[in-house]
Amino acid sequence: MSLRYLASRLVQGLFVLWVAFTLSFFLLYWLPGDPIIAMLGAGGELQSYDSAEVARLRAEFHLDQPLIVQYLFALGDLLCFDLGTSIQAGTPVTEAIATALPSTLALAASALVIALVVGTAIAVAATLTRRPWLRDTLAALPGLGVALPTFWVGLMLLQIFSFRLPLLPAVGTGSPAAIVLPAVTLAIPLSAIIAQVLFRSLQNAWIHPFVTTFRASGYTRLRLLLRQALPVALLPALTMGGVLFGQALAGSVVVENVFSRQGLGRLAQTAVAGQDIPLVQGIVLFAAAVFVLVNLITDLSYPLLDPRLRDAGRTVEKKDSGTFAEAAGNEGARP
Amino acid sequence: MTFAEMSASEFVHSTDTRRMGTAENRAGVLLAALAAGSLLLTGCSGSAQADGENATPQDGGVLKVAYDVDPTCLDGQQVGQNVTLNITRQITDSLTDQDPKTGEIKPWLAQSWDVSDDAKTFTFHLRDGVKFQDGTDFTSASVKENIEAIEDLGAKATIGQSYIDGLTSIETPDEQTVTFSFDKANAQFLQATSTMNLGFYSSKTLKQTAEQRCTGKDLVGTGPFALDKVEHNKAIILKRNDDYDWPSSLAGHDGPAHLDGIEFSIVPEASVRNGSLLSGQVDVDTSVQSQDEKTLEAQGLDIVSRANPGVVYNLVPKTTGAIASDKAVRKALIKGIDREQLNTVVSDHQAPATSVLAKSTPGYEDLSAALAYDPDGAKKLLDDAGWKPGADGIRVKDGTKLSTTLTYWQDAPFLELVQQQLRTIGFDLQLEKKTIAEVTALQAEGKEDFTFGNLTRSDADILRNYFGAKEQNANSRKPGEIDEILARTTETLDEDERKADFTEAAELILDEGYSIPIVELTGIVGTGRDVHDFSFEASSRYQLYDTWLGGDQG
Repeated sequence: MSLRYLASRLVQGLFVLWVAFTLSFFLLYWLPGDPIIAMLGAGGELQSYDSAEVARLRAEFHLDQPLIVQYLFALGDLLCFDLGTSIQAGTPVTEAIATALPSTLALAASALVIALVVGTAIAVAATLTRRPWLRDTLAALPGLGVALPTFWVGLMLLQIFSFRLPLLPAVGTGSPAAIVLPAVTLAIPLSAIIAQVLFRSLQNAWIHPFVTTFRASGYTRLRLLLRQALPVALLPALTMGGVLFGQALAGSVVVENVFSRQGLGRLAQTAVAGQDIPLVQGIVLFAAAVFVLVNLITDLSYPLLDPRLRDAGRTVEKKDSGTFAEAAGNEGARP
Repeated sequence: MTFAEMSASEFVHSTDTRRMGTAENRAGVLLAALAAGSLLLTGCSGSAQADGENATPQDGGVLKVAYDVDPTCLDGQQVGQNVTLNITRQITDSLTDQDPKTGEIKPWLAQSWDVSDDAKTFTFHLRDGVKFQDGTDFTSASVKENIEAIEDLGAKATIGQSYIDGLTSIETPDEQTVTFSFDKANAQFLQATSTMNLGFYSSKTLKQTAEQRCTGKDLVGTGPFALDKVEHNKAIILKRNDDYDWPSSLAGHDGPAHLDGIEFSIVPEASVRNGSLLSGQVDVDTSVQSQDEKTLEAQGLDIVSRANPGVVYNLVPKTTGAIASDKAVRKALIKGIDREQLNTVVSDHQAPATSVLAKSTPGYEDLSAALAYDPDGAKKLLDDAGWKPGADGIRVKDGTKLSTTLTYWQDAPFLELVQQQLRTIGFDLQLEKKTIAEVTALQAEGKEDFTFGNLTRSDADILRNYFGAKEQNANSRKPGEIDEILARTTETLDEDERKADFTEAAELILDEGYSIPIVELTGIVGTGRDVHDFSFEASSRYQLYDTWLGGDQG
């Protein structure tokens, strides 16, 4: 992997960040409403305001300038790594994000771990079983998992495991027990994606000649699947890294609201409702940056996992899972 | 690739947010991945809980309160948000206190006061030995610097500033005496000194910027509880001020508060608040949905409520509007609403409006005769004014349809019934629910024919403040007879005289159709079995100094 490749990817990443920043900036400013009035009217009761005072506040946030000047101001601040101050809460945007981040990370990480275990288990079981009805049932689970509304699942879990059976707390971010239900809720759609992708690629791997060769040399189905087919099938699942991350972040908005958890999702929701433009932009930028990073890491890790790509160097291309399995299958059959 | 993936996952979840039954709006659609809909404040209030037993209060325990929205700014001098003011009341004290039952002003940090006959000069004699939570003394200088700080906050302290309008000087002849002088009569100022909007912070707090104060860091008052920790969207924790010994003359006991502390958590989902209260995970649900009331009561939990004093939920016409400028239309709207029928869609604890002011407002007078349901009278008014029914039943005059779009953000499902009722007199009320940010911006533009909302204040002066042509001038009208009556109310502190004047003003407001009252705003609070003496001060915000927890009653 050459430095040139890395540099071009970084430039691409910065371009994506700039686009995200610009798009969100104009979308937010074209929304009906006025952030200053929103700040002053936080109580929501009818009020009228001294227009001179409102104008002064507007100037303080550069909101009296033409749109393009405001944009350049914001872009300039961004280049100095200054994301500004939350209009509603008065805290610096970076601080607001830094406070909310740990609990969202903990939630997303635990959900991903659960999703990996459950998703893999479903895919492996569906591939291994010789009973068609069981295989069909297991193969249908991912569709169900994606279709279940996260919001509803969360409320059901709360009803059962917190309100009826006093096992887990319903509210809060503090205790370790409080993360169980939200993580399970968020893990359901994630595990569905993993199970679906993995099941398909395992099926593809399963019909290839190397499987027959291994079985002929005395491998059990389980050992063959875990030792040979699974590592091959995991590669296409890895490309899902970005999607899974996006899903986890989007899901956290709903999950954090249902479970009253502190986090980026809640922060984003209140910021949008209150038209807290600097804060919304900060969150959009942060999410875009992590997206860029996750995709970059995914792409960079291909050659480490797939020996064929080490020679190919920077001409990394996406292959469909069939080709991977076939190629890897030939490799596996070589010794 | 990155963005395609992002938007794909956004769409999956935007369906989820819709299932939450929350406000759909353009902001939400545009940022579906980020916005899970807006869960908005409905306003909290209630009446003092009548604990049947005469149990002895116990000390200790942390009261767990579930809020529906996060108080974004914690400084009570700056914001009028109920969720903020409920906290401000616990951490700051006021010069005076107002009896929620009688509306009388009683001593608190001021032991006594003198008001000049022209209601322009107010002198307060302060209590001795009062200290801020950081150990500094509360003196007349503290009063002066706090009021001056409110002046400096500008538009960020609209409410406080309306209370001290016309202030010319604050004299502090000695540490225990402070004198306010106004350039015009300002009778409402005495009640204003009982509000938390004029609560006191230490010098250290006042030295910070407005933004720093919002974050709640070093927000130091003299109150029975001190702000311990603020974590947005997580918890706001108050701990008992052990040195506290200067409660209001209305309080039930002396010395420090009974509770060790109060923990406000933010639980946006109504069903989760309800379940948490029923399963004992929280002690107080500050915003019970009307459909959950029966369940709570069946389980032996208390529901407490007290209507917010001040202007009720009402439609406010702008006389500059195309159809709201017609007095016949405004009057027809008052006659066209069947307020008795609204009872069927609001909580049992909520009442239809009987005046511009809610019943809990000192100086309230029942004007329900002026609000009687009279659809035939309404139709006649409109006929006579030239509004003739069109083919679709909506009235038309000179090509203008009798139709308006009302934007609002409140949790106000009763508006849909109002919509149906007005349809029968040929008035087309289109309802658009939006976010607070959008609605307040539209209201500030002043282009709409009608706005919707309420105003909380435990003094009838809210009428002058809101409808007065020299004040907020809600109707954008020219000064008239109403303003002369309202001006009179500032000149006397005689309760009977003030009440008579405010009643005359309210009658005139209804007679001109400047307000179309609908229902009172009543927050419904559910409290757990162990919670005793959960009480409300005059403006229906919580007063938790006397509140205690005791689990001895099975």
